Amino acid sequence: MIRLVAKELRLSLRHAADTAAALLFFVIAGTMFPFALGPDPATLSAIAPGIIWVCALLAALLPLDRLFGADFEDGTLDLLLLSGLPAAGVAFAKAAAHWLTTGLPLLVIAGPLAIMLRMPAKHLPLLALTLLPGTLLLSLLGTLAAAITLGARRSAVLMPLITLPLMIPTLIFGTAAVTSPHPVAPLLMLAAMLAAAAPLCPLATGAALRLAAE
Amino acid sequence: MQLLTASKLAAFRGERLIFADIDFDLDAGGAILLRGANGAGKSSLLRTIAGLTPLAAGRLLWNGEDALEDLPTHARRIAWLGHQDAVKPALTAAEHVPDRAALAAFGLAAYADLPARLLSAGQKRRLALARVAATAAPLWLLDEPTNGLDTASIALAEAAFARHVASGGMIIASTHTPLSLPAARILQL
Repeated sequence: MIRLVAKELRLSLRHAADTAAALLFFVIAGTMFPFALGPDPATLSAIAPGIIWVCALLAALLPLDRLFGADFEDGTLDLLLLSGLPAAGVAFAKAAAHWLTTGLPLLVIAGPLAIMLRMPAKHLPLLALTLLPGTLLLSLLGTLAAAITLGARRSAVLMPLITLPLMIPTLIFGTAAVTSPHPVAPLLMLAAMLAAAAPLCPLATGAALRLAAE
Repeated sequence: MQLLTASKLAAFRGERLIFADIDFDLDAGGAILLRGANGAGKSSLLRTIAGLTPLAAGRLLWNGEDALEDLPTHARRIAWLGHQDAVKPALTAAEHVPDRAALAAFGLAAYADLPARLLSAGQKRRLALARVAATAAPLWLLDEPTNGLDTASIALAEAAFARHVASGGMIIASTHTPLSLPAARILQL
């Protein structure tokens, strides 16, 4: 499994432009808001957590389309399923690779973007703390949606339509934790959702991969 | 008792019954060539044996036990060559197949550090074959292994197949071109 993650990381390093595209999209989408809403610090700092969360979710969706798509088209998916790993293990490795190449960089770059949006600096650690389970959940649910839509004609359109509604609870608790005076309860809720998704999503993703490979 | 026994295999593709009542058995050092017209179900039969496509009926036994019950274990017995090469253009040949001896056996030693996108179609096929040869799996499942290969490369592939069979391995290959495999039986679909 570690070898599979390493191979995925090497591939995304070779396709660095694709990997960077999601990050650039995140920065640019976040930058649009001050232009649209005006530079008033009070307005911006009030909506900064929401902007960052939504932009991060949308940016993390971008690479999901090719996550299994390329492997499906060039026959690698068959080899992955015949690698001796259970299908859920393949799914877990793919989700981990997606998080390492998309979620983690987004998490790092969210800090500077938040400062640009006039978010008070004391909220930054909390923002990172909520984005950590948030991006992990998106990687898990996103790989699931990517596997379900594999081979469908309009998979690039279908995939966000499946992923984003599933992310709404995460979004609610994530943004609530950043702005609420009592962040522990929403944080625990995020952790609970992550604890449920971490074993269940790879199982479902693995089953969807087997169906797609049939 | 034979190592791999198939009895009355059948599989669907979509709604269509693509083959039914396929029987064969294979022992260490044996080989089977699948023959049949396009669309006869050669690839589907290989996918069924690999456990990628579920069986609609019949049984596949490994050492007398149901082979497809534990798919990850079954997968470790198999080296798979699909009709696509599963070669990533951005990775080098050596990153696909770290085993230099296997690369050399298919005439790819000089290309080890080249990204696969610079390889020709036939060289990519040889790279995929080298990946099969680099595994320790006893059962090679090969879908049209010599597709796109020139005569010299076909000879390299046949030599690798013969070595595998001689060392007690098993090969099931689909082909519609003549492929010389010692002691291979023909299974007509």
